Amino acid sequence: MSRLTEQFKRSLAIAEKNIKIYYSKGPVIIFGLVFPLFLALAYVIGRNIPLKEVLPGLIGMTTFFTATSVGPSIVPWETRSKTLERLLCCPVALWAIIVGDMTSSFIFGLIISVIPLALTLALGIQPLNFIALLFGLIIANLCFAALSVLLSAYPPTDVPATTMMLSSLVKFPLVFISGVFIPVEQLPHWGIAIASISPLTYFTDMARQLFLNRGFYPLTLSFLAIIFFTITFTFAAVKIHERNLTKRLS
Amino acid sequence: MDAIAVQELTKHYGDVTAVDHISFKVEEGEIFGFLGPNGAGKTTTIRILTGLIKPDGGKAFVAGYDVLKNPIEAKQRVGVVPEVSNAYVDLTAWGNLALIGKLYGVPSQKLRENATRLLKEFGLYEVKDKPVRAFSKGMKQRLLLCMALVNDPEVLFLDEPTSGLDVESARLLREKIIQYNGEGKTVFLSTHNMEEANQLCHRIAIINHGRIAAIDAPENLRAQSMELQYIEVAFNKTVNVQEISEKLSITKAAPAGNKVRIYTSNPSAVIEFLVEYAKKNNLRILSLNTMMPSLEDVFLKLTRRR
Repeated sequence: MSRLTEQFKRSLAIAEKNIKIYYSKGPVIIFGLVFPLFLALAYVIGRNIPLKEVLPGLIGMTTFFTATSVGPSIVPWETRSKTLERLLCCPVALWAIIVGDMTSSFIFGLIISVIPLALTLALGIQPLNFIALLFGLIIANLCFAALSVLLSAYPPTDVPATTMMLSSLVKFPLVFISGVFIPVEQLPHWGIAIASISPLTYFTDMARQLFLNRGFYPLTLSFLAIIFFTITFTFAAVKIHERNLTKRLS
Repeated sequence: MDAIAVQELTKHYGDVTAVDHISFKVEEGEIFGFLGPNGAGKTTTIRILTGLIKPDGGKAFVAGYDVLKNPIEAKQRVGVVPEVSNAYVDLTAWGNLALIGKLYGVPSQKLRENATRLLKEFGLYEVKDKPVRAFSKGMKQRLLLCMALVNDPEVLFLDEPTSGLDVESARLLREKIIQYNGEGKTVFLSTHNMEEANQLCHRIAIINHGRIAAIDAPENLRAQSMELQYIEVAFNKTVNVQEISEKLSITKAAPAGNKVRIYTSNPSAVIEFLVEYAKKNNLRILSLNTMMPSLEDVFLKLTRRR
């Protein structure tokens, strides 16, 4: 048990390093704030939709894009600068390095996604259950942080641009199939089937349930689905990183 | 207890055998040199011993721990200076040491003490708050050694630690290697610098094509290659090297500047001949030296065998 605690402490040291090096840069923070805002504007402008209707999608996108914004590039970047080798020479398990990367993505995503939530409250729009929304926001950030580390696992490249491009190929289609723009209940059967394989669907639907009292899935199912995706993504990320480590370092 | 023990270690990359059933031991408190041409398997061996990659066969123990079964315990007792500088350039020198200290679980008070002492010792304390990006190569290399020492390791792995450094920085690092070895640390040193290996190492292993070609003390390695010793003679006039070679029935005689270099396993007979030869041909001997084979000679002999 103490060994596990010790490894988690080392994960936090890695997360602290990531925040200092990768996340506390001006452009990254601006990207985290501006990008979801522009997506939201693109969604709203020209359509007569009340702000409350937009909120679930906006919070979903903000959380999703910020928690996955930098994570995919960290491992390729550190492979290139040989700092990954430095970390692996230390008495830190590979899973602890991955958890460290996840933690930094999680913290960054959480801080940025709290901003639209705070704006919402400031505008007097109250969720039906604030605690449930906060819990949902936390597990969703954790889930998307795990996805970001999974996106860095393959291919075992040392070119961050390659991973970022491939992660965009996954992230953008995911937004369109996840009920962000069209609520799940309005999708055709095949659309619902596709939406059900995306973790973003469950978070957006949860937010819709908590703001508009109009969700497709029961809240408990959404929570469990996000937790399930988090565990699956984390496990897959550790396994794929482990399998490709020799290739990555050679 | 051996600080490092390697048994039948093997590693393949596709069809290429990088390390081919190598076995050796490094005693506690030893400076062990690991020499070999590029692509011989040095870095692969170090990467296995430091837990970066897994071998395809064989066993490796570091500080008494199996690097495959107990990699965390083995790494906990090791400090590594890699071939390529890999400090975080966006962090300060202090930030790098703090990170590594935390990754080794060094208690914070001890970490502060160790980091301060090491930075002062390696002349980096004044620049501890500057980003490593602004450091020269020598400063980066000194920082890497600080990072390798911050957890007070039992075994130090140094991969080309002085490569590309100016004379002053290289000398400082060599002095520190000797100092820390004197304090009981085992040093596993990979280098291309034969003179450095000769000066620092208690024993040397030469690896070639993934196999250990020889392991011994530098003096013993040189003594095993006495056919590589030579006599260097300078006459007051140019002589016919071919004629000397034929009359002596020696394997090799070659001009070296204004001197003649004669390779022999019987130097006294050659000296007698040269004195006679000078008298007979009315020559004057300006200088005559018996040269032992250098470690470089031995290295080249062993690595060119295949």
